[in-house]
Amino acid sequence: MVLPEWFAEPGLNHFLVVSAVLFSLGLLAVITRRNIIMVLMGIELILNSANLNFVAFSRYGLLSLEGHMIALFVIIIAAAEAAVALAIVLNIYNRFGSVDVEQISELKE
Amino acid sequence: MAEHIIESIYRFLPEIALTVTLVAAIVADLILRERNRHVAWVVLAGLAVTALLVLGQRGWNVSIFSDTIAVDPFAVFFKAVLLVAGIFIVLFSMKSRELEINSSRIGEYYMLITGVIFGMFLMVGATNLLLMYLAFELASISSYVLAGFTKSLRRSAEASMKYIIFGAVSSGFLIYGISLLVGVTGAVDIYGVRDALQAGVEQTNALYVAIIMMIVGFSYKITAVPFHFWAPDVYQGAPVTITAFLATASKVAGFAMMIRFFRISFMDSGVLASPSFDGAASIVPWHLILAVLAAVTMLAANLMALWQENIKRLLAYSSIAHAGFILMGLALVTDEGISAMMIYLAIYLFMNMGAFYVVMLVANKLNTEAIADYEGLGHRSPFLSVSMAIFLVALAGFPPTAGFIAKVYIFGATISAGMIWLVAVAGLATVISLFYYIRVVRNMFLVEPHESQGPVQYDTSSVIILVLLLVPVLLLGVYFSPIVNWAKQAVTMFGM
Repeated sequence: MVLPEWFAEPGLNHFLVVSAVLFSLGLLAVITRRNIIMVLMGIELILNSANLNFVAFSRYGLLSLEGHMIALFVIIIAAAEAAVALAIVLNIYNRFGSVDVEQISELKE
Repeated sequence: MAEHIIESIYRFLPEIALTVTLVAAIVADLILRERNRHVAWVVLAGLAVTALLVLGQRGWNVSIFSDTIAVDPFAVFFKAVLLVAGIFIVLFSMKSRELEINSSRIGEYYMLITGVIFGMFLMVGATNLLLMYLAFELASISSYVLAGFTKSLRRSAEASMKYIIFGAVSSGFLIYGISLLVGVTGAVDIYGVRDALQAGVEQTNALYVAIIMMIVGFSYKITAVPFHFWAPDVYQGAPVTITAFLATASKVAGFAMMIRFFRISFMDSGVLASPSFDGAASIVPWHLILAVLAAVTMLAANLMALWQENIKRLLAYSSIAHAGFILMGLALVTDEGISAMMIYLAIYLFMNMGAFYVVMLVANKLNTEAIADYEGLGHRSPFLSVSMAIFLVALAGFPPTAGFIAKVYIFGATISAGMIWLVAVAGLATVISLFYYIRVVRNMFLVEPHESQGPVQYDTSSVIILVLLLVPVLLLGVYFSPIVNWAKQAVTMFGM
């Protein structure tokens, strides 16, 4: 298959590739970023890559509308998780005066 | 359809009772205001009612709400175990001095505990992949808040932060795995996934990625090495009561969900390990991957536990090691292995909770979690120390305690499945674990206390709770047939 042809008609594989890239970028952000807010952004990327999968499978794959429905639920969970995470980060900032992951590690021997 | 929904609601009564308890806890918190520690009694009453309703479910084997939740002996077994854990945690919390610094918010604390138990109930019953994920998140998000409940303490704040970051990433892994699995098979419930896998799937690479991602997601919840790194920090930083809850109930629910999913979707379709399965998925020896995961978990956690100076951290590594022992059962791909896991989980609950309870009582009076400060405790508080010694001996797996029975069944199942090397590793890990358990016992009994340290006294109710934990640990060591029969029967009646 020649490359321009592959780009001409978007199909399931295109979406899967994009979602895999999104997932990897999210994981990269979680691993490399030192600011907790940025880590949380990485987590959002991971969850949204799964959403993209669900919707793509719903449109092109074996799934019916269930994929869309699951994606809606995941969006809601992501929002709830972000709310709790931000509250925890706020508390961290009040205690440690910083949101740098590396500086917040007192729990060691 | 209407009859099905009414029937489903009837079968769903324990969960409804928990929801009512949750609401009642909020209302009681508002009404009682200054005396809000009495919310604990409301929650205890609610859990007792739920326990009665769960006991009424024995022998049921139905699927409710259009095949999204199963009410089978397997679920009932785990619901009973989780309720025991919940009731003990509420009792512990009423005794905890650590939580008193936040007494104005203690109502929320009990409300959140009820929420976590509700999420875990759904985890053990869910047969729909979306519901499994939602239940997983319901239990997790409430736990994140609970881990940081004593928010004025720096260690608690740090624990909740680490917990939510690692938890959210692993749930991301889980949902990404689910998205691929659902897409490849075209089914959203575990029975549909089984049927699709039996018929064979085309995109096997996507299936491999999905299975790996889901193993990662579950491994985090059950703290299997190398996905355990959050556990020691979180267990050390969280309030002791919550640590005990996370180390027992959370792990039990995680294992229950993992067992149901792997058993129905992968074991029954032959993906996990089956010579007769000619589908492409059996090329990858998934059961060996699980076995290696279990072996690494046992060895690494036990080795790391040797150097710990903080008793909570030591018990954290010990609980990770136990996750390795339990995971062995799943790697065997036999029903015998699964029933051994269930026996282990039920017994593990009592002995681990007991150990954490003693840690909490000691911290209440002596305000310390250092193993060095346990020196001479045997002379200052004999009953407490003897109980701790029994719990630790049970965790190490010696007769005549229940811990021995747990190990016997899981080792026996492994031998009869022919995985001798895994038993050898597990035996080695058990020997290593002796050193750090015995170190605590030695500190308590073989070291004389300093002159200035007088005896440590505890009130009657604290001792009664301790006895309530001590009795099952000793009794199940000699009279274990009821729990063994229950577990075996639950496995044979699995999944209709």
